[in-house]
Amino acid sequence: MKVGLFIPCYIDQFYPQVGVATLELLEKLGVNIYYPKNQTCCGQPMANSGFECYSKDTCKLFIKNFREYDYVVTPSGSCAYHVRHHYNIIEQNENVTHLRKNTFELCDFIANVMETLHLDASLHKKVGLHQSCHGLRGLKLGQGSELVSEPHSIAESLLLKVQGLELVSLNRKDECCGFGGTFAITEEAISIKMGKDRLTDHIKNGVEIITATDMSCLMHLEGISKRNNLPIEVKHIAEILNSQC
Amino acid sequence: MLTHSQAAKEFNKDESRVDWHDKAIWHLRQNRDLGVNKIPNWQQLRETASEIKLNVLSHLDTYLEEFEKMALSNGVHVHWALDGDEHNKIVKDILEKHSVQKLVKSKSMLTEECNLNPYLEKYSIEIVDTDLGERIIQLAKEKPSHITAPAIHKKKEEIDQLFQKMLGTPPSNGDAQFLVNAARTDLRKKFLNADAAITGVNFAIAESGGFVVCTNEGNADLGVHLAPVHIACMGIEKIIPKLEHLGVFLRLLARSANGQSITSYSSHFFKPRKGQEMHIVIVDNGRSKQLASEDFRNSLKCIRCGACMNTCPIYRRSGGHSYGSTIPGPIGSILSPNIDLKKYSSLPFASTLCGSCTDVCPVKIDIHSQLYKWRQIIMKEHPNRVKQMAMKTNQKVFEHPRLYNIVGIVMRRAIKLLPKSILYNKLNIWGKQRDLPNAPKKSFKEWYNERS
Repeated sequence: MKVGLFIPCYIDQFYPQVGVATLELLEKLGVNIYYPKNQTCCGQPMANSGFECYSKDTCKLFIKNFREYDYVVTPSGSCAYHVRHHYNIIEQNENVTHLRKNTFELCDFIANVMETLHLDASLHKKVGLHQSCHGLRGLKLGQGSELVSEPHSIAESLLLKVQGLELVSLNRKDECCGFGGTFAITEEAISIKMGKDRLTDHIKNGVEIITATDMSCLMHLEGISKRNNLPIEVKHIAEILNSQC
Repeated sequence: MLTHSQAAKEFNKDESRVDWHDKAIWHLRQNRDLGVNKIPNWQQLRETASEIKLNVLSHLDTYLEEFEKMALSNGVHVHWALDGDEHNKIVKDILEKHSVQKLVKSKSMLTEECNLNPYLEKYSIEIVDTDLGERIIQLAKEKPSHITAPAIHKKKEEIDQLFQKMLGTPPSNGDAQFLVNAARTDLRKKFLNADAAITGVNFAIAESGGFVVCTNEGNADLGVHLAPVHIACMGIEKIIPKLEHLGVFLRLLARSANGQSITSYSSHFFKPRKGQEMHIVIVDNGRSKQLASEDFRNSLKCIRCGACMNTCPIYRRSGGHSYGSTIPGPIGSILSPNIDLKKYSSLPFASTLCGSCTDVCPVKIDIHSQLYKWRQIIMKEHPNRVKQMAMKTNQKVFEHPRLYNIVGIVMRRAIKLLPKSILYNKLNIWGKQRDLPNAPKKSFKEWYNERS
C-alpha cells in the first residue's frame, strides 16, 4: 500500500509541526508514506469564494502529484472533503475518480483504513474536541447533533485511546467556529463572534487544549484567543495522537 | 440596501443583544432536538417527505390541475397569479366585490413576499395580522425576522413599550401573560368586525382539493369561521398528492420548528360553509423558474419550518433582518437569489458552509451545497473585483509549485520581520480582532527536504 501525504498550504506554511506530527504518526503505524514535493493546495480557497473556475489547474496539479498512490492522507477534513465532493469540475478520468474515492482525512484513515486499535500516545491534559464541520457533516466522521442515529465520532474514539487525556464535554458539541475560509474576512464581525463563543464554551468547561481535525478552525480560534490573552491552547489532533509526555 | 455582512456588523455592535438573540433561537433548536429524538425513524421520515416532495416537483402541473379541479367541484373559487402584483390585484378585486373594509389575516409568508399589506392599505382597506408575532411587528411597522417566530428579535420589555404606545396598555414591566391578554383583547374586536379573512396554506391536497393551515393560536380558524369571505393564498409548491401524505408532513413540521409533536391547530378546509365564499389564489412568483433549474429545484421542497434558521450560527448572531429578504436564513439565501441575483448577491456568502442547515432540514434540502452553487453563479454574473483579484493571485500561486514556495518564504519573513504597526494595517482584516499565526522559520516542505 503506497500512501501519499497531502499537507494543506496553510499547514505547510504556518503549522509545519502538524505536518511533522502527521508524518511521524503514520510512520509509527507502519504506513509507507510519501510526500510529493510539487504539492501546493487543494483549490478550496478559490472554489468556496465562488471562483471554482480559477481552481481547475490547482485540482489538476493535485491529481498529477498523487495519481500514483493507493491512498492520499491529509490532516484536514476540509481539504479531503473538497477533493471528494468538488473535484467534479475537472474531467473525470480514472485518476480523478480513484483519488476522489481514496483521499482520506487522517483520523478517518487511521480508524477505517488502517483499523488501528492501539495508539501509543499519552497526554495529561483536559482536552476539548472542536468538531470541524466539513469532517463531521461533510465526511460523516461522526454523528452531527442534528441527526437521530447512533452517536459516534471517529476523532473522539481516537482521543479516548490517548493515555491520561481527559475529554471534556461541551455545551454545544458541534457548533461551527466561524472560520469558513474567506468568510473570516468578508463576514468578519460574525466570524469573530462565533469564534469567541466557541472559545468561551471550551474555557467555561475547563478545557486546557482545544483540538480538531482541521487546523484552519484552530488557526482562527488561536488568533482570537491570543489577541484576548485567553487561558487556552490549540493543538491539531495529529499532534495529540503523536504526543508522548 | 446593506449587504449581509454590513448589517451583521451593525447587529454585532451590541454584543449582549447578540448573545440574547443567539440563546433565544438556540432554545428552539434544543427543543427541536428533544422533539425529533423521540422519533426513532426520524431519518426515514425525512426521506419519505423528501421523496413525496420530489414527486410533487416532477409532476407539479398535473397535481395543480387535479387540485384545481377538485377545489372547483367543492365550490371553491380558484385563481392563478403569475407574480406578486397579479396576486395582490386578485385579492383586491375579491375584496372590492364584497365591499370589504376590514380584513383579518393569519400568518402567510407568501403575502409578505407579495407585499400585500401595503398594497391593500393604499386602497384604504384595514388589514390586521392576527398571529401574535405578526401583530407585534405590524404595530412596530417592521418586517418579520423569522418565518415561524416573526417577532423573535424583540424583547418582552420592548413589546411592552410598543403596546403602551399603540394599544394604550399600562406599563407591565414586560409581563408576557399580560401582553398576550392585551393583544387578545384588541384582536378579538378585529375578528368580530372583519368582513373577510385571509390565510396562508401549509399543504394543499391534490386528490381532495382541500388544504391545511397550521397555527398554534387558532387565529386562522377564528378569522375564517367568523368572516363571510375566506381567501387562502398559496405558492404553487404547497401541493401534496394525497391525504395520506399529510401525516408525514405534520409530524415533521412542528417538531422541526420547535419540538412540538404537532401544531396546536392543523385545520383542514374543503368547502365554504353555507353563505360563505372561499377563494384560493395560487401564485408562481418565480417558483417555476426555480423549478426549471436542476441545481436549485429542490429548494422548493421547503415546508417553512424555520429549523435551518434556528440551527444557523450566522442567523442566530446576525438576526433575520440582516438578510434583507422576505425569507431569511439559509433557506432564504438559496431562494432569494432566484428572485433578484444582484440584490441578494451577498446572501450565499453569509455562511461558513458548515452544513448544519442541510442536516436539520426535515425535507432534506441540500442547502449548503446550493449556497456553494449560487456562489459560483454570483461571482460569474456580479464578480466582487477585490475578491476576484485575490483569487486570481491564488490561482497563479497554487498552480505553480515553485512560485508557491517563494511566496511562502516571503510571506513568512514579512510576518516575522515587519513591525506590528505595519503588519496590522487597515487592510489586514484578519488581524483586526485576531492575531496572525506565528511564522515558522521553515515550512513543512523545507523541513522535509532537509530531513530526506
